[in-house]
Amino acid sequence: MRARTRTARKVVVLATIASLGTGLLAGCADDGKDSSGSSSEGGGKGKTKITLGLFGTAGFEESGLYKEYEKLHPDIDIQQTVVERNENYYPALVNHLTTNSGLQDIQMVEVGNIAEIVETQATKLLDLSKYGKESDYLDWKWKQATTKDGQTIGVGTDIGPMAICYRTDLFKAAGLPTDREEVGKLWAGSWDKFVDVGKQYQAKAKGTTFLDSPGGLLQAILSSETERFYDSAGEVIYKTNPAVKAAFDLTSQAAEDGLIGNQTQFQPAWDTTIANSKFAAMSCPPWMLGYIKGKSKPEAAGKWDVAQSPVSGNWGGSFLTVPKSGKNTEEAAKLAAWLTAPEQQAKLFGVQGSFPSTPAAYDSTEVTTAKNDMTGAAPIGTIFAEAAKNIPVQTIGPKDQIIQQGLTDNGVVLVTQGKSPEEAWKNAVKTIDNNLEK
Amino acid sequence: MSPRHDTAAPPEKEGGAAPADRIPSSTPAEADVRRRARLSRRWQRDMRWSPYAFVSPFFLLFLAFGLFPLIYTGWASLHAVELTAPTDMDWVGLRNYTRIFDDDFFWNAAKNTLTIGIISTVPQLMMAMGLAHILNYKLRGSTFYRVAMLAPYATSIAAASLVFVLLFGRDYGMINWALNAVGFDNIDWQNDKWPSQIAVSSIIIWRWTGYNALIYLAAMQAIPQDLYESAALDGASRWKQFLHVTLPSLRPTILFTVVVSTIGASQVFGEPLLFDANKGASGGAQHQFQTLGLYLYEQGWVNQHLGRASAIAWTMFLILIVIGIVNYVISRRLRASS
Repeated sequence: MRARTRTARKVVVLATIASLGTGLLAGCADDGKDSSGSSSEGGGKGKTKITLGLFGTAGFEESGLYKEYEKLHPDIDIQQTVVERNENYYPALVNHLTTNSGLQDIQMVEVGNIAEIVETQATKLLDLSKYGKESDYLDWKWKQATTKDGQTIGVGTDIGPMAICYRTDLFKAAGLPTDREEVGKLWAGSWDKFVDVGKQYQAKAKGTTFLDSPGGLLQAILSSETERFYDSAGEVIYKTNPAVKAAFDLTSQAAEDGLIGNQTQFQPAWDTTIANSKFAAMSCPPWMLGYIKGKSKPEAAGKWDVAQSPVSGNWGGSFLTVPKSGKNTEEAAKLAAWLTAPEQQAKLFGVQGSFPSTPAAYDSTEVTTAKNDMTGAAPIGTIFAEAAKNIPVQTIGPKDQIIQQGLTDNGVVLVTQGKSPEEAWKNAVKTIDNNLEK
Repeated sequence: MSPRHDTAAPPEKEGGAAPADRIPSSTPAEADVRRRARLSRRWQRDMRWSPYAFVSPFFLLFLAFGLFPLIYTGWASLHAVELTAPTDMDWVGLRNYTRIFDDDFFWNAAKNTLTIGIISTVPQLMMAMGLAHILNYKLRGSTFYRVAMLAPYATSIAAASLVFVLLFGRDYGMINWALNAVGFDNIDWQNDKWPSQIAVSSIIIWRWTGYNALIYLAAMQAIPQDLYESAALDGASRWKQFLHVTLPSLRPTILFTVVVSTIGASQVFGEPLLFDANKGASGGAQHQFQTLGLYLYEQGWVNQHLGRASAIAWTMFLILIVIGIVNYVISRRLRASS
């Protein structure tokens, strides 16, 4: 009798331990399965499930592209997961790529990270040159995702041709012209002229600044340079590149002269300065209009306008990549190519403001007739298309983002806090060098 | 159901309940004896190995998620490894450690960790003591207050920090608004060194004071009432009672909270990360509130230098061990003196 109870207990104990153990293992196994994510049991009706890992407001779902594709391909079921900020999305993506697990069928990569992905992760990603049509895309956009041995591991979703968004009411109050052609002519050709216009503005401005943040100006100037942090041989040259130092100095000068508000972009306090109309102009890729719209009070509608940037540049834009570890790489690659084809990119611009990386889309009605509540009747599609044609082919490097962030967050921002430009530069360089050192 | 046999004494080694000399007498008895011997052996095995089985889940988990990462981190700290290719390890010996000696950012972070630790732990424990003392009186609705004190502890760091970021905002924050109202200038809580450290500490204080107060309260309630009565008979005031009865009785508890808070303070991470206006991991534009935990995260996950990050992690680990030893020595001295 006793023996039996003991055995019974032992069985229970063993069962408990075993279930704990298998629970753990199952946990891992589940993870692996979810992560490879491309199981074909999705949808329940034998549909092929394609998953997308995105960040920010990619807008594919919002503009109805998934539904359209599912209608065209009834056997496909599309699902996405979206991470709000690329700072959180990208380290996880790198982690998943290096361990070859936890990946979605399609993964989005930001332009600031594409060089690093091309350089270090290309073997894990599918060559998409057979799926996307190279001639559809802007030449430089296509090349950014192409490895030295000619594999194209990402297709471009959008680009960020920069213009300058400005408040017509504030410009008028400061005695500046408000017509977008005239405004563009004021500073056409150089950033120094742009800062000069700022000085004119500031002389008569009451309680507002010409620009929002030092980071915004530095970003704008740097993104119009062909060579900034890396040279074409792949060496880090940000410290010695005169263009970088000039951009830093010009931004610092403008900050010291009080033309720039002391904000950090994309922070709550910065949002409040948009809502309270505390500045008159900002460098402005198309997606920024959506941001302005989101943060403005209703009465700001129609008070903004868009002028050409002093020098054209590119700020932002992403790529879709297909990890080889997925189960339906073929289907995923087809979907990625379709989502980034000219027709779909045009639709995306109409709804989401992501500007196409495919020139063929620039003449589509979605682009030419596009309007934004903030900018009233301004033909933003043609303005940004014009800017897109003049974007320089920029050399991008694997650690661009770290360098850019250091120059902004540990650099020019200090000038608005009362530090000298020399101190700010020293602080930025020290931080960046420490961060680059392996 | 039989009575609890696990608490009963184990049977004798030979043959259990069956006396050994009767074994060879008859065949049925022999079978019986063999059966009993078998059961007995099983019983002994049970007694010897079951406890190990019972404690094994913890140790298996510890091996998998504690010891292995610890050792692997140590191994990685001797290499140059990047997050982009974690299997690609280049042996560099102790370079990651020797480099720490002239890494200004590391020492800056260490200094910040120390100062933030002091300005958060000291007021926190003193306030907790005061709160516990007040709650130790007979109060109406004391359960409510005790639960309310735990509420900050139950709040997620992320949620709390985001609210504090808004409160401490330079241009539109409520604290500066209140300061303005009484005639002070705006304080740049995020960018000036001491204000930012005070602000980060205030999040920590807010979060942990109630937790420590409850620990103190529990210890206070274990102090025998007669001590207070006899002190009162001797004419001791409330304050004297607190000084001469409560505090000495709480000494072990105070030591415990000091040790726990010190360890907590040396690992501060979430608060400064979320307090940063730039949403980076540099702890402010001039690293003015970058703690060791944050620096480790910045090197490992933002800059992708796993080898360096591992070395920082191990250095932190060693520092913690030193702190632990110091605490141990102090507490032994205190115990000896009392």
